[in-house]
Amino acid sequence: MIRASGAFVALTLDTLRAVPRRPFHWREFLQQAWFIVSVSALPTALVSIPFGAVLALQAGNLIRQFGAQSFTGATAVLGIVREASPVVTALMISGAAGSAICADLGARKIREEIDALEVLGIDPLHRLVVPRVAACAVVAPLLNGLVTTVGLIASYLFNVIAQGGSPGSYLQSFNALAELSDLWISAVKALVFGATAGMIACFKGLSAAGGPKGVGDAVNQTVVFAAMVLFAENFLISAAVW
Amino acid sequence: MGVEVVVEGLTKSFGRQVIWQDVSLTLPAGEISVLLGPSGTGKSVFLKTLVGLLRPDRGHIWIDGYDLANCSEDKLYELRRLFGVLFQDGALFGSLSLFDNIAFPLREHTKKSESQIRQIVMEKMELVGLLGAESKLPGEISGGMRKRAGLARALVLDPEIILVDEPDSGLDPVRTAYLNQLFVDLNTDFEATFLIVTHDINTARTVPDDIGLLFRRELVMFGPREMLLSSDEPVVRQFLNARRHGPIGMSEEKDVSELEAEAQLGHDPGALPPIPPQLMPTGNRVRRGQQPPGAWLAAHGVIPPQGSFIDDRGRNWLEEYPRLVSAHLNGVR
Repeated sequence: MIRASGAFVALTLDTLRAVPRRPFHWREFLQQAWFIVSVSALPTALVSIPFGAVLALQAGNLIRQFGAQSFTGATAVLGIVREASPVVTALMISGAAGSAICADLGARKIREEIDALEVLGIDPLHRLVVPRVAACAVVAPLLNGLVTTVGLIASYLFNVIAQGGSPGSYLQSFNALAELSDLWISAVKALVFGATAGMIACFKGLSAAGGPKGVGDAVNQTVVFAAMVLFAENFLISAAVW
Repeated sequence: MGVEVVVEGLTKSFGRQVIWQDVSLTLPAGEISVLLGPSGTGKSVFLKTLVGLLRPDRGHIWIDGYDLANCSEDKLYELRRLFGVLFQDGALFGSLSLFDNIAFPLREHTKKSESQIRQIVMEKMELVGLLGAESKLPGEISGGMRKRAGLARALVLDPEIILVDEPDSGLDPVRTAYLNQLFVDLNTDFEATFLIVTHDINTARTVPDDIGLLFRRELVMFGPREMLLSSDEPVVRQFLNARRHGPIGMSEEKDVSELEAEAQLGHDPGALPPIPPQLMPTGNRVRRGQQPPGAWLAAHGVIPPQGSFIDDRGRNWLEEYPRLVSAHLNGVR
């Protein structure tokens, strides 16, 4: 466990060292970024609709009992913008993109493709890991924006149409609490989560061993570890900022 | 001309399990060496250590005056340019066509134009007999073709040292024979230093100039082919003759009491079979690193078993070889 954590940190530092090295592999980066978007955009949007709605439902019910129904919009800021959307994004990135990245690198590892790259004098960190982690880090804030938008629309519609809330008070209470910095911090969170999920996926993929079963195990561990680490990071960032 | 590789006191372990220790050998420049060993004795680990994919616990690997086992990462990448490695399954990049796979090192490391690259790639593909399969993906071709494509990719930067991991695994005997002939021909053409890791006895008996045997976590013996093929050392004798009786057992190794029981029963590894003639390059050529048949035996006063150096066409290579060499020299003149 300690050894694995150490190896992960070592790989992360080596990857950071490989980031400024030229040439940056733009092609690989764009391919990966497009791939991540294509596997995670739709599920992310679909998850955020019920998420926004359920938040409006639960918070709305509670708030109505206090007689403060006009503040439902404020809960959406706290719930969706600040917490839910980065976490939903991160889970989708680790679940959809991370597992695919890990499986891809793991399969290459056990087929000795990674060894072959190294023997051909090419650093797999620079060639494969950096573009993938960068793609995750760039795509995550974009997905985060998607989740925020779709989640807020869902929450608004649910509040206004299904719960009979008034549009004006929703928007007003939303405006009262929301600041632009919320959006920034949310985007930064998503970026950190994306980079972390990408790094964990690459680490697990590159340390896969023991044939096809080893790749399966690595994918499984990627999703579990990434989810655990991301929730911990979310707590740390939220506690530090708010 | 190939490069000499000197290995000194190399030791590798994973955790508490020692894979092999204190391995010292010299791969002579331009010669073909084979590293033999029963399954699971760390032959592939040795090969990966030799290119710096794994770092040994102790020891040195001297190449061109640099210690590959203890040098900086940058130096390691530079030294690796001397190597061409053929991995067990070819290790081709699954998403690239054969052409792109073989062109890959050129595109990465040289500033050659696409037309120059095309010319070199086609030349190497012809060398390994893959013309016409350029646009195939690695998943669409047979294991033997993948190996040959992997070999073409390993050759494309004109390496000084060529390492081959189990060329016979997953191949039928005919294809293995073709591949072995290809190694001998390549060595004739490029004079690179070869190390072939295998447990195929036929390859070990006929292809190399030198043989090494890994067993019980150490290098039992390393030396000229004729030395090992005429050796009385029980492990060497057992392995090179593929016998059941001897120190090598079904599991890792036999214990001492079992060996003693075997000795009392009077089992012994049997008489040495004749030493086969070495595989010659095609086209009546002679390799530069090659020794005449019987040279080591004569120098050390060892008499080979009856029928040695006679090939399946009944030619005696002790007589045939000098004739070939003089014909070759005359031809050159």
